[in-house]
Amino acid sequence: MSFRTNFILQCLSSMAWAGMNWGLFKIIYVHTGEIGRGTGWHENEFFIFLGTIWVINSLIQTVFMANAEEFSELIRTGGLDFALLKPIDTQFLISFPRINWSQVPNGILGILLIIHSMQKLMQEKELYFSVFSVPVFVFYVICGAMVMYSVMICLASTSIWFGRNQNLYDFWFYITNFYRYPMEIYQRNGIGMALWGTFTFLIPILVVSNIPARILAQPLGTPWKAWEWGLAGYAVLGSVWSLWASRWVFRRALMSYRSASS
Amino acid sequence: MLESAITWWTFFKISINERLVYRADFMLGTLMRFLPTLTQIFLWWAIYDVISSPGSADSTTGPDGDIAGFKYGDMVAYYLLVIISRAFSSMPGLTGGIANQIRNGEVKKFLIQPVDMQGCLLMQRIAHKLVYYLVATLPFALVFFLCRGFFVNGWPAADVLIVFFLSLALSFLLGFFLETCIGLIGFWFLEVTSLTFIYMLMNFLLSGHMFPLELLPSEPVNIRAWVEFLPFQFLAYFPAAVFLGKIEGAEMYRGLISEVAWVLFFVVLSRVLWWKGIKRYSGFGG
Repeated sequence: MSFRTNFILQCLSSMAWAGMNWGLFKIIYVHTGEIGRGTGWHENEFFIFLGTIWVINSLIQTVFMANAEEFSELIRTGGLDFALLKPIDTQFLISFPRINWSQVPNGILGILLIIHSMQKLMQEKELYFSVFSVPVFVFYVICGAMVMYSVMICLASTSIWFGRNQNLYDFWFYITNFYRYPMEIYQRNGIGMALWGTFTFLIPILVVSNIPARILAQPLGTPWKAWEWGLAGYAVLGSVWSLWASRWVFRRALMSYRSASS
Repeated sequence: MLESAITWWTFFKISINERLVYRADFMLGTLMRFLPTLTQIFLWWAIYDVISSPGSADSTTGPDGDIAGFKYGDMVAYYLLVIISRAFSSMPGLTGGIANQIRNGEVKKFLIQPVDMQGCLLMQRIAHKLVYYLVATLPFALVFFLCRGFFVNGWPAADVLIVFFLSLALSFLLGFFLETCIGLIGFWFLEVTSLTFIYMLMNFLLSGHMFPLELLPSEPVNIRAWVEFLPFQFLAYFPAAVFLGKIEGAEMYRGLISEVAWVLFFVVLSRVLWWKGIKRYSGFGG
């Protein structure tokens, strides 16, 4: 909190980006009633989805983003030597030291958007939400955060091979691009199915956003189909798998680490 | 004359080599740039599919719906063209770099050496951009070849193409001098992060980077009409709209002229800011 103006600016910046994202879809929904024919992602449902994305993003950026960038920098400057020497797990050590509070407001905004959209849904469609959906939602958001953490660790580890990974933010943006939309939009043709498969099974980031959002937005009244149940089960499996994979990549990368500037 | 040419050539060569140091990072960055387009293609299909008449979806031209004069193909083509505009007009790190040099006193070297700061920065940018185009041409060509189906009207006429390329070159200059001006405000404010941030937001929304400007709401405030009087649209929207034939004839040439006017305005402004700035500058640090 030592640079207060900077802190407020960062808060404003991330909220403004979120706001523009919201504006884009507000404009899109002026022209259309649904994204993808028959998918059920109408305006309010979709804004629950969007809110979920903001919550997960904010969680990741608060807890991990600054640390991952720090890690890239440690590799470039050779400072990782000191982390490696310490007698605790290196991945743990580099993952948690800093918390970036400026990304929290974004998450709060996400929660507000979800609540607001749920209220509107309840008024318009006379839907009722079960109290159980809240803990299940939280559980899946945490699963999601685990998957996204793994992706980020893998990305940050690549700086060991590339010499630097200055564009960590950019890469992060490009990869997370795929999880910002309902998975139905991909299930259309060959390329789409390939994308859907990759980002569901290999790097399960689509599951991350879709499952929790679906729990709140899609479900009530319309009973889940078998594949949706399967996907929900898979989400848990997927987060364990990606954590394991990230650990493997991290260790492989460390083996190639040659210190710098010493 | 020859000597100064040699100086600039040296600057140019250094910048090119500098740019090639982290090659892997750079190549990966270029490829990644197209990933968002892939999701755009799917997202807009899903949107257009709903507003089109059922069963109209053709596998080559897409659904037949129409949003603000844009068919599905136009929309995807627009986003692809905006990537090209942005490749010319975006200047990562320029504003912050200038403000940093002012703050930590590095700018002193331009006061002592017989080298012009803007000229030096411009050389660096041109070198960086050239290297970028060199590396990026192949992936760009590949992506545009794969996506040729979205360009429903095919290649535009020769005069439109000429205006398109002119507007791209101008958008590079406009981006450069506009961001230089913001950086030079650092002489008065020292810290320009907040200004950069506002600029980035405005740019993203009003340049047409986010969506075609036709989509901007006219109610309750007619933002679309205001955008006409701002320089932002030339950074992304204008070249793309010219290519797609959304702006044509006299209107197209009028646009080009006002783009030239904006470039000149910011060239002069950056000069004025520089002269005023160094007058009130006091060198801190060793």
